[in-house]
Amino acid sequence: MGSLMDISSAVFLLIGSFLCVSGGVGILRFPDFYTRMHAAGVTDTLATAMILIGLMLQNPDGLVVLKLIIILLMTLFISPTASHALASAAVHNDLKPVLDNKESNEKVKTSNP
Amino acid sequence: MLIAATIAILVVMIMSIVRAVMGPTFYDRILAVNMFGTKTVLLISLLGFVMGRPEFLDIAIVYALINFISVIGVLHYSDSSVFKRSSQQKK
Amino acid sequence: MKDLFAVIMLSGIYGLLSASFFVAMDAVDVAFTEASVGAGISTLLMLVAITITGRSEHPVRHKPVLALVVVIVTGSLLIYGTLDMPYFGSATAPVHQHVAPQYINDSMQQVGVPNIVTSVLASYRGFDTFGEVVVIFTAGMGVLALLSVVRRPKGIAEIDSLNKSMHEEYLVLRIVAKMLIPFILLFALYVQFHGDFGPGGGFQAGVIFAAAIILYTMLFGMSTARRVINQSLIQLVAAIGVLVYGSVGVVALLEDKNFLDYSALSTDPIAGQHLGILLIELGVGITVASVMIIIFFNFAGRENSEENKES
Repeated sequence: MGSLMDISSAVFLLIGSFLCVSGGVGILRFPDFYTRMHAAGVTDTLATAMILIGLMLQNPDGLVVLKLIIILLMTLFISPTASHALASAAVHNDLKPVLDNKESNEKVKTSNP
Repeated sequence: MLIAATIAILVVMIMSIVRAVMGPTFYDRILAVNMFGTKTVLLISLLGFVMGRPEFLDIAIVYALINFISVIGVLHYSDSSVFKRSSQQKK
Repeated sequence: MKDLFAVIMLSGIYGLLSASFFVAMDAVDVAFTEASVGAGISTLLMLVAITITGRSEHPVRHKPVLALVVVIVTGSLLIYGTLDMPYFGSATAPVHQHVAPQYINDSMQQVGVPNIVTSVLASYRGFDTFGEVVVIFTAGMGVLALLSVVRRPKGIAEIDSLNKSMHEEYLVLRIVAKMLIPFILLFALYVQFHGDFGPGGGFQAGVIFAAAIILYTMLFGMSTARRVINQSLIQLVAAIGVLVYGSVGVVALLEDKNFLDYSALSTDPIAGQHLGILLIELGVGITVASVMIIIFFNFAGRENSEENKES
């Protein structure tokens, strides 16, 4: 029973760290602000949730689990709201997303004889 | 396993600092700082468990709140007319 | 770099990194204070300050070579002076021989609170903490003396129309903030009173309380916030915090003992210590929260009045 909790905690921590690193790679390599925000926002919330659940299974002591649940609930509220605020501020200030219009236009021109 | 997760989060924090320095637009930098903040919350919680002192979770709660309030503050004050005036003067 | 905005964000990250260092060095209370004050409130207050001063630095007209030389000479003299001191954290330093073991050994018996940082801050070195609270109060008074603007209060219809026009812009944020702000205020109270047993205390609790009020002000508008928090009431509350702290000391004087000697507060000395620490932490928290709110309202309100004059 103890080792089952250890294994599941390790699995959650592993998934969480993998998501975290993929979010970090995404924020470096994606071409545009809005795509980077996808990488940062989605992986932020999910990786935090996985890692916090992994920590909860590590040491099921009453007060510590309660505080971890509080951090988890707060992150679930706060992180999507901050992404929304950033995106709406960017749209409000006319930051245009990079669209593939030129390339798709050229493909249409070359495919039509 | 905890130590591996801590190292992974440190690597991600360095990546987000690189984006904060590099990012061409202003909003890239705010996004990177926001990500740095949430990763710090995770880092403090993990360090608390690694060192065996769960009192650090209070600091994690405070930092999550402060990060949120700072991002909202930066967005609010970058939207105000003072900044629009100064950026138009630069143009 | 000339852009003050980027400088503020970098100083926020710097405050955060130093909080992480303190966590790595196992100093929980210091990390708490650094995270809340250095990375939180000072970033917000500096942001509000540059809405008054403007966003970029003026170009420097002369190269400050003489100042650089003075700084280098003074810095090297200071470093030369510290070469004599014992290494950082060595066990033979005088601090670790006489003062620290006495505090660590005697704190539980004499003061009776588990958190030694609180017992040192509030009981053994209570007079220094009194000085800190008075400094914070003086800073608030300085801001009031320089920036306070007397304005005619807006009518209720005007405030409601402003509120409605801001409503769509901030709709999602307002709803989430309405759920979060009571929780943040409750957490500030928890940190205040839990400071005896875990990290926390008056300073951190006051800063968190002020941060919640600042969030409310940013999202709901300055005029609504002024209706919620009356300006003259907050100034009175700031003074009351310092007064509570000082009265604890004066009560001890009236009982024929030293200033801030807590054993004068009750017949049992340990209960007297607990009561004394509770009262002064309360005074600290009240003063810190209200001074931060005063400073923020004065900076932000000034920007508002400039916009109103121009429009």
